[in-house]
Amino acid sequence: MAGTALRGRLTWQAAKVLAVSAETATVRTVTLDVPDWPGHQAGQHVDIRLTDEDGYVAERSYSIASAPGEPVALTVERLDDGEVSPYLTDELRAGDELELRGPIGGYFVWEPEDGGPLLLLAGGSGIVPLRSILRHRERTGSTVPVRLLYSSRTLDDVIYRGELDNPAAGVEIFHTLTRHQPPGWPGYARRVDATLLAEVAWPAGLMPLAYVCGPTSFVEAVSQTLVQSGYPPQRVKTERFGGTGGT
Amino acid sequence: MSPVSRGFHRRRQDPAENAGRVPPGQYVTRDFPVLSAGPTPHTPLGGWSFSVGRPGRQKTWSWAEFRALPSEDVTVDIHCVTKWTKLDTAWHGVSVDTLLDLAGHDGPFAMAHCDGGYTTNLPVEDLTGGKAWVAYAYDGQPLEPEHGGPARLLVPHLYFWKSAKWVRSLELMDTDDPGFWENYGYHIYGDPWREQRYAGD
Repeated sequence: MAGTALRGRLTWQAAKVLAVSAETATVRTVTLDVPDWPGHQAGQHVDIRLTDEDGYVAERSYSIASAPGEPVALTVERLDDGEVSPYLTDELRAGDELELRGPIGGYFVWEPEDGGPLLLLAGGSGIVPLRSILRHRERTGSTVPVRLLYSSRTLDDVIYRGELDNPAAGVEIFHTLTRHQPPGWPGYARRVDATLLAEVAWPAGLMPLAYVCGPTSFVEAVSQTLVQSGYPPQRVKTERFGGTGGT
Repeated sequence: MSPVSRGFHRRRQDPAENAGRVPPGQYVTRDFPVLSAGPTPHTPLGGWSFSVGRPGRQKTWSWAEFRALPSEDVTVDIHCVTKWTKLDTAWHGVSVDTLLDLAGHDGPFAMAHCDGGYTTNLPVEDLTGGKAWVAYAYDGQPLEPEHGGPARLLVPHLYFWKSAKWVRSLELMDTDDPGFWENYGYHIYGDPWREQRYAGD
């Protein structure tokens, strides 16, 4: 399998916070000015490093929410028992600095020449790298057909709701709300299962390219079902947020 | 020296007994997170085999033969490049020393090949001397597929992407060719104590 060109050493650099905006009650998007940013691909992530007054250092990885060519933006969900995420969502404000290095990861990425049709499957904050892919598709003028299935607990937990309510031409968006649905909710109302995927996913015969991102239970169930319905495993790319549990 | 992050305060206090066990940039988790680039393969044990050696002259074991090899309990700390460290994980499996003694020490480097196409490269000296295992049980239970079952490599002194899930062979080589994540910019060796996360670290 072909790797992306290896870059030089990934050095830590100071990034300045341009803005912090609310996506939901517990999710914020942090937009950064990174002076020497080498550019990124849709789907990649960064490491950030925080240092307290005693010299204690904490590092975490976050997916990039913005498209290549846009300022680096990270969308962070606050985990109440976490150490880093509550700082980023509740304390950080415009003008602050943090250390960052990246971009990291070259497999869970999409470029227009990778084609499609694209099937994007998000559980919770797993939407973040897929939103970068959606914006990249729109900004590059790609006409690759896209279906996005996004599983959230409630309507209030849907990240990028305004943006997703106005999809670009050729993008179909399906929501499922697993815990609570508003009266008259027209979307799905259960965890993603084989029947739901059969209704939403592109038929395997179209040779779709699938990107699955979310908690481990979501990714395991969804990717397994796709393979059982005929998707070749190498056309199903996964990114799991279990790895940042408790941060 | 890194600049102080305004308003950031430490929230995690590792107990004293963890001192010296958590590499730089890591935090301790009690969960067992799962990370992999694609769907979890489900290989039936009847079709499973494990091979060690050069292409064309490998020693190969069936599942039954592999399970009959001498095996041992191993309790180790593991460190994932995504920053989590898990202490005192309990495994059971076959030492890679045992496998190489039977197959022949036939080269200085190894590439682990896995179901699903994943690969990772390691120096053979990091697989020998009681430092590496092919593990098929975790916490006294058969290793679950999402954690790499039926068997995964266990090389706890390197970042955990080197402990390849669903491992099926160790190919011996003359050169240290990069594997899957190593081709995507991750470090060729991956020592957590030297924080070798990415190429050039």
